[in-house]
Amino acid sequence: MSEAREYKYIGRRTIRPDGFDKVTGRANYGADLSLPGMIWGKILRSPYAHAVIKSIDSSKAEAHPDVMAVVTYQDYPAVSSGGFEPGDGPTDLCDLARNILADDKALYHGHAIAAIAARTEAAAEEALSLIDIDYEVLPPVMDVADAMQPGSPVLHEDLFTKGLAEQPEKASNIATRMELKKGDIEAGFAAAEVIIERDFYTPTVHQGYIEPHATTVRYDEDGQSMIWCSTQGHFDVRASTAKLLSMDLGKLKVIASEIGGGFGGKTTVYLEPVALMLSKKSGRPVKMVMTRDEVFRASGPGSATRSTVKIGAKKDGTITAMQAKLCFEAGAFKGSPMGPGCMTVFTPYDVENIYIEGYDVVVNKPKVAAYRAPGAPQAEFAAEMVINELADELNIDPIELRLQNAAKEGTQTVYGPKLKAVGLVECLEAAKNSPHYKQALAENQGRGLAAGFWFNIGGQSSVIINMNPDGTGTIVEGNPDIGGSRASMQLMAAEELGIDVSKLNPIVADTEHVPYSATTGGSRTTFATGMAVIEAAQDVVRQMKERAAAVWNVTVEQVDWSDGVAINTAGEDRLTAAEICQGADRTGGQISGRGNINARGAGPSFAVHLCDVEVDMETGKTAVVRYTAIQDAGKAIHPGYVEGQYQGGAVQGIGWALNEEYIYNEDGVMENAGFLDYRIPLASDLPMIDTIIVEVPNAFHPFGVRGVGETGIVPPLAAVATAVSDAIGVRMTNLPCSPPRVLKAIQDTA
Amino acid sequence: MVSVVYEAPASVQDAVALLSGAEITATVLAGGTDLIIQMQGLVNESRLLVDLKKIPAMMEATLDAEGLQLGPCMSCAELTSREDIKSVYPGLIEAAYLIGSTQIQGRASVGGNLCNSSPAADTVPALIVNNAQCVIVGPSGERSIQVEDFATGVGQNCLEKGELLSLIRIPLPAANTSDAYLRFIPRTEMDIAVAGAAVSITLDDDGICTAARVSIGAVAPTVLVVAKAAEVLLGTKVDVQALQAVAEAASKASSPITDRRGTDEYRRHVVGVLAKRAAAIAAERVRGIQS
Repeated sequence: MSEAREYKYIGRRTIRPDGFDKVTGRANYGADLSLPGMIWGKILRSPYAHAVIKSIDSSKAEAHPDVMAVVTYQDYPAVSSGGFEPGDGPTDLCDLARNILADDKALYHGHAIAAIAARTEAAAEEALSLIDIDYEVLPPVMDVADAMQPGSPVLHEDLFTKGLAEQPEKASNIATRMELKKGDIEAGFAAAEVIIERDFYTPTVHQGYIEPHATTVRYDEDGQSMIWCSTQGHFDVRASTAKLLSMDLGKLKVIASEIGGGFGGKTTVYLEPVALMLSKKSGRPVKMVMTRDEVFRASGPGSATRSTVKIGAKKDGTITAMQAKLCFEAGAFKGSPMGPGCMTVFTPYDVENIYIEGYDVVVNKPKVAAYRAPGAPQAEFAAEMVINELADELNIDPIELRLQNAAKEGTQTVYGPKLKAVGLVECLEAAKNSPHYKQALAENQGRGLAAGFWFNIGGQSSVIINMNPDGTGTIVEGNPDIGGSRASMQLMAAEELGIDVSKLNPIVADTEHVPYSATTGGSRTTFATGMAVIEAAQDVVRQMKERAAAVWNVTVEQVDWSDGVAINTAGEDRLTAAEICQGADRTGGQISGRGNINARGAGPSFAVHLCDVEVDMETGKTAVVRYTAIQDAGKAIHPGYVEGQYQGGAVQGIGWALNEEYIYNEDGVMENAGFLDYRIPLASDLPMIDTIIVEVPNAFHPFGVRGVGETGIVPPLAAVATAVSDAIGVRMTNLPCSPPRVLKAIQDTA
Repeated sequence: MVSVVYEAPASVQDAVALLSGAEITATVLAGGTDLIIQMQGLVNESRLLVDLKKIPAMMEATLDAEGLQLGPCMSCAELTSREDIKSVYPGLIEAAYLIGSTQIQGRASVGGNLCNSSPAADTVPALIVNNAQCVIVGPSGERSIQVEDFATGVGQNCLEKGELLSLIRIPLPAANTSDAYLRFIPRTEMDIAVAGAAVSITLDDDGICTAARVSIGAVAPTVLVVAKAAEVLLGTKVDVQALQAVAEAASKASSPITDRRGTDEYRRHVVGVLAKRAAAIAAERVRGIQS
């Protein structure tokens, strides 16, 4: 860590290396690969939200002249239930298998039941109707509150709640109960002079990535296989698919296509193991592309939640106790982000007495997947709403109340570690000093502020830098680029090597050309893969110095490296990187550096968002009129993409707060499975999202980097809902703050 | 398999002959912005598509002393760029401008909007308050019908087999008359109306309302004419009280459903707000002409 270090490349707003291909349409995405002899796969999906599958008869489909393979759950080797960590968190292999193709039960409308590969896409689609399935329809369980009731229909007869003092005798929909505590919660509330307790609801939401899931695969006669797909983690596609098909990892090459958005939703598999089995059975390459309708109905959304938060404080603003009950919908299989929800809910606050209980609950909706800071937006929404109400109740400015209780270096978190240096106080100060916070509000306008926290992760990353004979270099990494990370890798390599960014080409390699790299998720790439880039670059520099030392017949210690040039400190000699590479054949062969690491010390990122809205009091429609996102980046490698992450997180959060929700009918069928009626914000709906980059360096990264990709979606839910509440004079505790809901709140109090 | 037969006749007579002689389901193709989406769900059904865009009269618009003769297939993009038409029927043009995105407006047409017969069609309330007429040509000749009588239900209209909408005829408004259209959507664009309202107003030299028409969309199986909402404006200066009465009459006339786009209660309320606001805008436009 060298705060005094002057950077030559880091902090520059360079043109992204993937930009030209994207704007010209040349970039190849998941659906863009076709192979000779390729056929098309389609999936038959459950028309019921909850049903027993009594029998599947595919004989008529198999007899269809264009059908080349039919696959059901029965085609896969048996897998046993058990933990397995392929992607963004642990997955139960048995659940994963039953999610990609149902076993004996359909657990949500759209659940995959069988797959067909046929000569044409239309023939595959048509042949789906030839599969006869005998269903016994069961009542669906569509809300976490209903699912937790003792008399509720049970999705899984083998699901027994974990985390209770005694193992329950009866199966239920509650997969896990979790408890986190610190201090003495009762004493904390006894010491409080003001106590506020509120219930909150957040709906099921989708990540809304623009590119649907798509894959093209080929299973060869010798078992050597290839998967091309749109994913955040191709090594984890390899791991999951190999497990499900019982293959060696070395038999399976996965190529990550260019990716059109993921936000956590592309950290698991849906199509790939199905397509590969269809290819194995048909002997042909198989392509599968989800429709938008399928993406909504059958790929992982974000959890709906019901929560209760209770906070007590003294009149001077000292918070004495914080308590939360957080109930997360997992969808059809256990594994919601309830855990991170519990761990993040109160982390922006340094409070002595905390008690949190969380429930992970299955319902008849698609299995949730990670969504940008999974679990934190829902949990912290509830906490921040109560903090804002407390500020009003105590007549203390919401920034001052937060400053008074803010988490800082040394704060004991409820989940374990003490915080190292973090930037929450700096973000709050920046908010206080911003022109936005000083601007007066007009009629029918309201202002909301909220803080947000996300851990960020490190993990395994592998990078190879191959130097070319002319002194240019290729940065080979294993992390699909969902947020401009190639530009960051290029900048960090340039800084460390002293070679200009224009001479360094970053590429995302397939699973055969770079060692294992964990999924692009948890805001880890610029931090962890960046560290691997730095290590690989240092490896290159070390070799360059060795070569120069050999040429000059001096010791390596006598060679300095500066701005891409080796300097003989014992004389006047200079050798540029290009000259060393050109002469590499005479000094020991070509030069390549590697950095294969398991990065520790990811620095958490805090954010504070400010939102002004104007509400049409006659229709309940909300317009965001001003928005400022303030966040700690540690060190912004490429400030433009850091700002882009802040803005993107804010916009997704605004959508979540105002209009986005899965609307289900009474049969558990989603009624708005398309972008017409699942309303993500349009460009015309939003003002420019202003940003302020705060930089409190992370001591564990050579440049001080913290991940920035996720925290930005945490504060908007409460910032927007508070602004709406402020404008209309009614506290909005249920999301989304859609026009009908806001109008009703206005009318109910009139 | 789905097989599609595509024909692009050069005259209305040829189009009528193709439609009336078809042995498979025949559908007129205007811009196709609704039709192509509807056809994505087709399995094992063949279609004859009769594209009317090669018939010159279908693509033209003439504004003269009689009023506007609007070719039903003229794209909304072309229509909304016609300043001469906009100055006479600003409400109709703003309705056409709300359909879809800029790209969609390059294909979408007022005739297509009418024939798709959705109660949420944006241009229909604006056509109705301007007393627009549909000219329909079929195997047995030509007939005319008021726009408000054209649609008969959700997605249904009075066209018989072999018939097509050949012209939309909009009379020239009386002196000191203007119109306005407003719709409600939760976002700012590219959405389908939760409710819509068009108002046409005539004011005399003293600013007193002497004629009015009010039409509301997306709050009943078809777009409605609300005579009561027009009546309450007559004899007033379109003041706050009159506007409140318009809102109440429009809400009362509506019979909306609850669906993914809004509840019945919400739609009933909002359609009144829209009618009131559209009336105020139309009146303001007349005052602008007068001053």
